[in-house]
Amino acid sequence: MQIEISESPFSPWQRMEAHRQQSALAGKYGATAVFVGSMRDFNEDDAVSAMRLEHYPAMTEKYLHELAAQAMQQWPLLDVLLVHRVGEVQPDDTIVLLAVWSAHRADAFAACRHLMEELKSRAPFWKQETLRNGRQRWVEKNTPG
Amino acid sequence: MTIDVKFFASLRERVGRGDARVETAGPVAVEEVWRQCTGQAMPANVLMAVNLEYVQAGYPVHDGDEVAFFPPVTGG
Repeated sequence: MQIEISESPFSPWQRMEAHRQQSALAGKYGATAVFVGSMRDFNEDDAVSAMRLEHYPAMTEKYLHELAAQAMQQWPLLDVLLVHRVGEVQPDDTIVLLAVWSAHRADAFAACRHLMEELKSRAPFWKQETLRNGRQRWVEKNTPG
Repeated sequence: MTIDVKFFASLRERVGRGDARVETAGPVAVEEVWRQCTGQAMPANVLMAVNLEYVQAGYPVHDGDEVAFFPPVTGG
């Protein structure tokens, strides 16, 4: 299980492959479920040019570790990789990478969905958008999953 | 007793500071910590944590605890 907060841009595909190669997963897993969340250049009918992601560092880390550990208890998962961006973000940047490995697809799908929905509703991150017209605003709520 | 308080995101801007320190005579509810920091009743939709765990408004805060107030989260 690996949880990371990243202050700089990252490639989700490179991170996932690096994690897979350095783990002892080879031959053990039959399913990999992946969610990648990226920054859009629009929100609520407005053009968005940039975003800043703020978090509560100590609580974020604690919450995400407990969330992933709980999911590994609830489903027979082989591994979880979660990387979440903070700081200044540009359109098309990856905001979150979640990869879940298990022997069979049902567990990987279910755990991946559960982890993302819990993260989005409980993990202490906040987005502040800069619109193309220069105005800044806090995103008030996430869209329903 | 001394309580450390943090405000995040839009609430930090609304309150006008990110950190505060509150002195009280004894244990108080989280919502009372908000009142002492801001002089106002706590608005709806404020989320609260004590020592990095979510709590409700009536949760008792003790000496040395870290209290945080923040708006609904929007990560992912």
